[in-house]
Amino acid sequence: MYGVLFAKRVVLLSETRILNLLQDRQTVMQGKNKIMQYAFKASRILGVFVSIGAVLAMPSWALSPDPMALKAHGIHVSTLDNGLTVVVKPDSKAPTAVHMLWVKVGSMDEVDGYTGIAHILEHMMFKGTPSVPAGEFSKKVAALGGRENAFTDKDFTGYFQQIPSSKLESVMKLEADRFANNSWPDEEFVKELEVVKEERRMRTDDAPRSKLYEQLEATHWLANPYRRPIIGWMEDLNSMTPKDARDFYHAWYAPNNAVLVVVGDVDVKQVQDLAKTYYGHLPQKVLPVRKPRSEPPQHGVRRVSLKAPAEQAYVLLSWRVPGFTGFDHQQHNKEALALTVLSAVLDGYEGARLDRALTQGAKSVAQEANSYYDFAGRGPQIFILEAVPKAGVGLSLLEERLKAQIQKIAKEGVSESELKRVKAQYVAQAVYKRDSFFNQAQEMGAFWARGLPLDTNDLLMGPLQEVSSKEVQAVAAKYFSDDTLSAAYLLPEPLDPKTQKRQEQAKRMAGVGK
Amino acid sequence: MGFLALAFFAQEAWSALPIEREKLQGGLEVYWVNVQSLPMVDIQIDFDAGSRRDPVNKVGLASVVSLMLNKGVTSQGKKPALDENALGQAWADLGAVFTASAGDDRMSIYIRSLSQASVLNEAMALAYRQIAAPAFSASIWSREKTRLLSDLKESLTQPAPVAARAFKQAVMQSHPYGRSMSEDSIQRIDARDLKAFHSSFLSACGAKISLVGALNREQVLKIANGLAQQLKPSPRCADSSALEASHGPAHNDTLSASGFEAVKPLEKAQRIHIGFNSAQSHVLIGQPGIERADARYFPLTVGNYILGGGGFVSRLTEQVREKRGLSYSVYSYFTPALQAGPFTIGLQTRGDQTEQAIKVVQDVLQEFVSEGPTQEELQAAKDNLIGGFALRIDSNKKLLDNVANMAWYHLPLDYLQTWSAQVQKVSVKDIHQAFKGLIDPHKLATVVVGVKP
Repeated sequence: MYGVLFAKRVVLLSETRILNLLQDRQTVMQGKNKIMQYAFKASRILGVFVSIGAVLAMPSWALSPDPMALKAHGIHVSTLDNGLTVVVKPDSKAPTAVHMLWVKVGSMDEVDGYTGIAHILEHMMFKGTPSVPAGEFSKKVAALGGRENAFTDKDFTGYFQQIPSSKLESVMKLEADRFANNSWPDEEFVKELEVVKEERRMRTDDAPRSKLYEQLEATHWLANPYRRPIIGWMEDLNSMTPKDARDFYHAWYAPNNAVLVVVGDVDVKQVQDLAKTYYGHLPQKVLPVRKPRSEPPQHGVRRVSLKAPAEQAYVLLSWRVPGFTGFDHQQHNKEALALTVLSAVLDGYEGARLDRALTQGAKSVAQEANSYYDFAGRGPQIFILEAVPKAGVGLSLLEERLKAQIQKIAKEGVSESELKRVKAQYVAQAVYKRDSFFNQAQEMGAFWARGLPLDTNDLLMGPLQEVSSKEVQAVAAKYFSDDTLSAAYLLPEPLDPKTQKRQEQAKRMAGVGK
Repeated sequence: MGFLALAFFAQEAWSALPIEREKLQGGLEVYWVNVQSLPMVDIQIDFDAGSRRDPVNKVGLASVVSLMLNKGVTSQGKKPALDENALGQAWADLGAVFTASAGDDRMSIYIRSLSQASVLNEAMALAYRQIAAPAFSASIWSREKTRLLSDLKESLTQPAPVAARAFKQAVMQSHPYGRSMSEDSIQRIDARDLKAFHSSFLSACGAKISLVGALNREQVLKIANGLAQQLKPSPRCADSSALEASHGPAHNDTLSASGFEAVKPLEKAQRIHIGFNSAQSHVLIGQPGIERADARYFPLTVGNYILGGGGFVSRLTEQVREKRGLSYSVYSYFTPALQAGPFTIGLQTRGDQTEQAIKVVQDVLQEFVSEGPTQEELQAAKDNLIGGFALRIDSNKKLLDNVANMAWYHLPLDYLQTWSAQVQKVSVKDIHQAFKGLIDPHKLATVVVGVKP
């Protein structure tokens, strides 16, 4: 209850970043440790999947450089004849399992005028098939003792059920059916579209920081599809038709564009056989051409501001930086590791650099300050600093103080104790992650969609340990000039005079004020 | 977690791993489950130091104390004082986690660490110091106060927190569960208040420590005893009335055994509209619910699954979202606690649809209370709740949540083993009677925050 206010300090980032992943139907919390959050955040891998031939012909082990290493990490990967990738990670510590189907299509695959269609389709996937009418899918999963949900990201769309492991076959049958046979009358679409608009009102229109983030993305990217909100622009939602959803579904929902991930108390061979039974007969499709839509170089700062009802002002700074594309020794991959460490050194624990420099002491300028790095994704990556100013501190001063922290590292590097600390956190977090079947499945699905090895978590352990102060210093010096910066300011708006009176009443009701 | 294996699962891997319990001298109770599947430990420590113990004019004190537990410790023997940054670094160096938070009833400390002795011992030594010897620095509190007040004002520019505050007050009335921190109440808190609250309430008396992870009995008792030694003996255990007289609510005619007033039922329907310039109205509807010890706990839990708790298959979701597209989310829940927390129904909808959505909720509730669920609905609820029981405890963290609840509410040690049988026993009549006896659809508090239609 009261805890909400305190919790806010921790969740500030996720508040703005949550739009990267619309988790429908229930809330699934991610860990808060910065260094561990990359799996879900947005690589420059645009080349890899562009060729349809390459997708269809992809060998089963293409996802990892070393199949033996995968097995050593407990991950079993196979590919059906129709191209569906099957990932199984058995773990018998509890008699449950999570079943996830990921489709490599997200809001970045949309085109102008159709923003939000990937997410709307995700909603419509609950609206029936010829053999399972609208509403029945959820009832059947519930009857199996299951919990279910789905999520849409810029890079992918995922569907999942958590079930007692004995019920795996039943949910797989249901999921394969809707993956292949989703169909619904137009009336269902009309109602559900209203639900999605309510979702947009709640997540964005009435949430000034989310709205600012939406505008930052639209400012930061000119050509890249990451410029568009996952939830969609309201006017695009207003003009969306049932046919638009059906067309998107028929174009992208193909076994050669999907991965099945099962983690839990299951037998590997049995899961692979079940996958063949339920998904094996589905025909592969020729997928639409994915145009690169690479972002042209940026040569100058871009700025956007938003006036909205708020008490606190807020600043978001976002720089274009490289993302991680694989375990080779290309420079951008080493830099991605260094950027991961940079973010953790700035803000990976209580009292890290940003806290100390901006929120503490007599000369403090901020109520809170955070950093964020996406690590990997199908599109280009950004590095974010964000902060809420102390009363009386202007956003431009706050912006300077945030930048100064990067400049300091660019000049001096970081200490050995900071490096050691960040790495110790990574080692411990790798153990903690294994507590949840769900999180393990989620990470593997995201790695797959982004073209990374499924055991990326394990493989990162070595390279992250090797990141040096010099490397962190080098990325801090290289990537944070104003020329590739986009800055967004939230400017608290004086309350509408007409509603001022009501606001006063609100405050009285809420017990604040004299 | 395999302690319920024999009853529910055939898997051999889930053979009996019982929940164990010990009461230590000084009153600290220890609950634990030895789970060796991962080299890690999850620990929760609960004190009878929740927000209900806030002085009437200093609401928010418990939350502030929990916040300040992380902001430095005093020197102890040869160990030097550590400031907030030294603490943050120490936890990060260990790769371990320490959080503190205050709910209505309890203040909860959560610790997660690798089970490796060198790491765990250091983590616990740090945790003990933060619990027993917080610095409560006046200058740090002054900074945090500014931050807290700013966050509080920010929250009042958003419809959801404004609605939550008004609803709590309307439903809980004069009970401490109905209070929210305010600018004035936070302004009144000074560092001495933190120390006084800490010395009164963070004691072994009534405290619980719950542990799940790779720990044997000896290791568990070492950790628990380590904590017990740090906690000062509290006068409260010997004479609880004296202390509650000084710290409990100031004026009550109907004090419960715990020294807190009883939660009173609402006398009439109440409608509160707070004007807000937002795209959606936030609607909260409810009444006082039940305390955790209420005999109707299971019928109400199963009934609420049918009414508004069961994700996509509840009556409320069916009528408000699926049939009419009025809201992205609509739900109902009870808040059973040491005393009766609210029964809450909530939704958000475009301003001009507010009245329609409220009417749909009222009709659904009215029908559910007057007629109860169908046999078919009850069976579907049982299928999900019982069938999905294992999902409630399939990670160390989830299991810890359950064990800590058992400890806090004095539930029997076989609570998890018998949980499914308790659900199975619930009849249509049980649910109907429980809802009818508790919820009066004509005396609901309804809070709407949004543009007036």
